[in-house]
Amino acid sequence: MVEFTPLSGAVGGFVIGLAAVLFMAVNGRVAGISGILAGVLTPVRGDWAWRAAFMAGLFAAPLAFWLATSEKPQVVFDHPLWLVALGGVLVGFGARLGGGCTSGHGVCGMARLSRRSIAATATFMATAMISVFVLHHLAGF
Amino acid sequence: MWRGFSMRVVSAFLIGLLFGLGLVVSQMINPAKVIGFLDIAGDWDPTLLVVMAAALATTFLGYRLVLKRGKPVLDASFRLPTNTVIDRPLLIGAGLFGVGWAMAGLCPGPAISAAAVGGPAPWIFVAAMACGMQGQRLIRP
Repeated sequence: MVEFTPLSGAVGGFVIGLAAVLFMAVNGRVAGISGILAGVLTPVRGDWAWRAAFMAGLFAAPLAFWLATSEKPQVVFDHPLWLVALGGVLVGFGARLGGGCTSGHGVCGMARLSRRSIAATATFMATAMISVFVLHHLAGF
Repeated sequence: MWRGFSMRVVSAFLIGLLFGLGLVVSQMINPAKVIGFLDIAGDWDPTLLVVMAAALATTFLGYRLVLKRGKPVLDASFRLPTNTVIDRPLLIGAGLFGVGWAMAGLCPGPAISAAAVGGPAPWIFVAAMACGMQGQRLIRP
């Protein structure tokens, strides 16, 4: 199974926060990935290129890391693909309906002490933990 | 005008890259790490908590410094969410998001990064997530 990695977790978390702060300082926006991605899928004139560029940066990151360290980032799925696909639909639908995801609500919104973001984060953490319990310990996935 | 526009796109790419590097270093692009955190009744891996705490602390302090300035570097004003109402769409959306997050072990940002190095499964997730996002627009345009 996976091991607790607090040091790389803290460094990575700091870098994520730094990116969120820089995005506010330079572009003046919240770094909410689901909101940025939604604008890539439904283009508005003059408001598309920066969104696509942000996604390209996210996509390039593991490749840059791999090039720089010769260490390929691990991506391990223990779940069947149909569950991954169903999860994707719910993540996309839920993030848009709820106005944000782990980055927009969980990091940027909570850092602004937004009541909505605190409520959203508490809700998705709770339903995610309950779902993993049901999937792993009751359903046997 | 064109110069401002293109600089915004360049900065979005670079900040997206930085954000993605944070996700890679903290191993949040690995679904097994995310599920390991959500599985509190199993072999619990608190790494995600450390990542989130570090990202939140950085963003909280950084936003305080940044938002004191009148405007961002590349735009006329900060674009901050103004909605403060905790309503049903927020809670239902966040709830569904959490269920999907648990099924796949991916949320929007990590999914885009994982697609670069994680084989077909993250692509299936991203395609499904895009469908979920577009589906949400159909019921609540």
